[in-house]
Amino acid sequence: MADQLAIGSRRGLRPALPLLLPAYLWLTVAIFLPLSAMVFFSFMTDLPLAGKEWSFTLGNYAAFFSQSLYSTLLFASLRLGLEVTLWCVVIGYPAAYVLAKVLKGRSREAIFLLVILPFWSNGLVRIFSWAMVLREGGILDTALNAVLPFKINIDLMYSYPAVIIGLVHSYVPYMVLTCYLTLQAIDDSLIEAGRSLGASRRQVLWRVIIPLSMPGLIAGAALIFVPVVGSFMEPRILGGRTGTFYGTVIEDQFVAVFNWPLGAALSFILLAVVLIILALAAPVLRRAG
Amino acid sequence: MAGVQVANVSRSFGAHKALDDVSIDFADGGFYALLGPSGSGKTTLLRQIAGFDFPDSGRIAIGGESVERVPVEKRRIGMVFQNYALFPNMSVADNIAFGLSVRGEPKATIATEVQRALDLVQLGKLGGRKPHQLSGGQRQRVALARAIVTKPRVLLLDEPLGALDKALRVDMQIELKRIQREIGITTIFVTHDQEEALTMSDRIGILRDGRLVQEGPPEEIYDRPQSEFAATFLGDANIFRGDATGSGIKLPDGTTIAASTGASVPAGAKASCAVRPERIRIATGAAKPDPANANMLTGQVSKRIFAGNNSTYFVDRDGQALKVIVQNTGAERLAEGQPVVLSWSPDSTVLIAAA
Ligand SMILES: Nc1ncnc2c1ncn2[C@@H]1O[C@H](COP(=O)(O)OP(=O)(O)OP(=O)(O)O)[C@@H](O)[C@H]1O
Ligand SMILES: [Mg+2]
Repeated sequence: MADQLAIGSRRGLRPALPLLLPAYLWLTVAIFLPLSAMVFFSFMTDLPLAGKEWSFTLGNYAAFFSQSLYSTLLFASLRLGLEVTLWCVVIGYPAAYVLAKVLKGRSREAIFLLVILPFWSNGLVRIFSWAMVLREGGILDTALNAVLPFKINIDLMYSYPAVIIGLVHSYVPYMVLTCYLTLQAIDDSLIEAGRSLGASRRQVLWRVIIPLSMPGLIAGAALIFVPVVGSFMEPRILGGRTGTFYGTVIEDQFVAVFNWPLGAALSFILLAVVLIILALAAPVLRRAG
Repeated sequence: MAGVQVANVSRSFGAHKALDDVSIDFADGGFYALLGPSGSGKTTLLRQIAGFDFPDSGRIAIGGESVERVPVEKRRIGMVFQNYALFPNMSVADNIAFGLSVRGEPKATIATEVQRALDLVQLGKLGGRKPHQLSGGQRQRVALARAIVTKPRVLLLDEPLGALDKALRVDMQIELKRIQREIGITTIFVTHDQEEALTMSDRIGILRDGRLVQEGPPEEIYDRPQSEFAATFLGDANIFRGDATGSGIKLPDGTTIAASTGASVPAGAKASCAVRPERIRIATGAAKPDPANANMLTGQVSKRIFAGNNSTYFVDRDGQALKVIVQNTGAERLAEGQPVVLSWSPDSTVLIAAA
C-alpha cells in the first residue's frame, strides 16, 4: 500500500486537482467554517449573542482538567467506543464473510438488504423500538416468559447493555459494509491455494483472510469508534440515568445549559484524544495489515 | 510420490455435465498434459483431484488410496493456479514458507527449505520482495516453488504459463520440465496449447465436453488419432470422408484413399481418413504413380503462407481446401493458381471410424 501511495505522489497532485476541487470546496464550506466558529467559541467566556459581555479565556479547557468528572466520563465513553467496536467486529465480520464468500445471487441480495436496513430507518425510531423491546413487560420480556417454563424478569432498559445493544445495532452496518468490500476483493483462489498447501479452514482464515481484510476492519473500526465515543442519543434514551457519557455532557452544554463555549471546548478535547488514539494505533494497525 | 487414479468420474453443474465418466490413470512420476477446448472440463477435473470440488460419482485415488473423504489440506497435493494466487500480503519467502509453517515445522528447517526452493526456481535473491514487485515469469516460479516446497505427492498445474509471452513461455516450459525431472513428481498439467502439451508431456489426455476423447503418449495421439476431433485438435490434419473399403475409403467422387494405420472399419461403413499436412508431397507436372506414395490427388494452389522455415500451401480440390506444409529448402516456390499433384503414403493415412 505504501508503494502505491509513493507512485501517486510521484505523479504529482496537479492532474488530480480538478477532481478534488468540488470535494474540498464542500468540505471548506460545510465543515471548516462552522468548525472554526466553534474553535472561536471554545475560547470565549460566553456566547456573543443577545449583546452579552464576553472575553477570551482558556477557562473552558481548564474546566476539563480541574474537574475529574469530565475525564472520568471521557474514559467511560472511550470504553463504550471500544466495546461497541469490538461487538461490531464480532457480529459484523462473520456476517460480511458469509455475504462475500458463502452466499451467491438472490440470497446475498436479500441478506444485504437486511443488513443495511438500519441505515435507512430513522435513528430515533430505531432507538425507541429498542426501548419497546428491552423494557420490563416489553417484547423481549414477554416473549421469553411465554416460552420459558419459569418466570424471569428481563428489564434491560436504562442499563449499560441497553446502550451497547442500541449502538451496536446502529453501527454494525458500517463494519459489515467495509469488511464486505475487502473480503469481496479477496480472490477465492487465494483461499484454495492456502488449503492446497495444507492449511485448515481456520488457518486460512487467520493467516490469509483476516490479514487481507485488515483494511476493511480498520476502516470499519474508525468509522464506528469515533462517533460512538461522542454519541449521546442512544446513551440518553436507552441508558437513562446510567447513560451519562461524555457525549451527553457535551449535548447538555449545547441544548440544556446553553454553555456553548464549554461544549465546544469539550468537543475539541474529545477530537484531540481521538486523533491521538488513531495516530498511536496507526503504525500497529499498518503492520498488522 | 504417488500416481493418481481417476475412475468413472462424473460431475454435473445443474443439467450441464462438466465431466462425463472420465477415467485416467496418471502414472507415478509422469508428466501428464490435459488438453481440450475451453469449457471441456479440464479445470473441473483438476479440482476433483485437488479436492476443491467433489464428483457426483466415480472414484479418485492418490497413491492407491481413495481420497473420497480426504479434505484438500490432507491430500498432500501442490497446486499452481492460472493466476498464481500468491498471497499479496506476504513476501516471496513467506509465500513459499506458508505450507511448511502451517504444518508447524521448526523455523530453521523452514528457512533452509525455502532457500533451497528459491534456488531451485532460480530466484535465490528475491525472497524479500512482495509478489507485486515481480514479473509474470518470476511470480509463476514463486507459485511453483510454493507448491513443491511441501513435497507434495502430486503437482497440479492449471494453465500456469497461460499469461506469459511466447519467449518466456518456452523458457518456463524448459524450467518446469527440469524441476519436474529433478524431483520426479507426478505432474498433471492443464493447457490450451497443443505444442506445449506435445513437447512437455509423457502422456496427453484430450477432453471434449467433459469426455475423455483419447489418451496416450504424444506420438501415439499425433500419429494415430482415433477421432476427427483428436486429429484436428492436436496438430493440423486434412480430413477425407467417405465409405470404408476395407483398406481405406472411397470418396463420393470415386477416388480411393488407402490407409494402413488407424481403426479397422468394416467395408461399406462411413469412415474418414486423416493426413498430416507435412506428410503430403506436392509436385507439378504429370502424375507419376509411385508405390511409396500411393495416395494421389490433383488440385490447384489457392494460397501460400510463408512462415520462414516452412511454407503452407492451401490446395483446392473440388472445393475442399487441403493443407500441405513444405520445408523451405530453397527449391522453387509454387505460384497461386498452379495445378499440382499431391501424394502421400498409406502409412501416413489414419483411418477413423465415423462418430
Ligand atoms: N462452479 C460451477 N458452476 C457451474 N458450472 C460450472 C462450474 N464450474 C465449471 N462449470 C462448467 O463446467 C464446464 C467445464 O468447466 P471447466 O472450468 O472445467 O473448463 P476448462 O476446460 O477448464 O475451460 P478453460 O480452458 O476455459 O479453463 C464449463 O461449461 C463451465 O461453465
Ligand atoms: Mg480452466
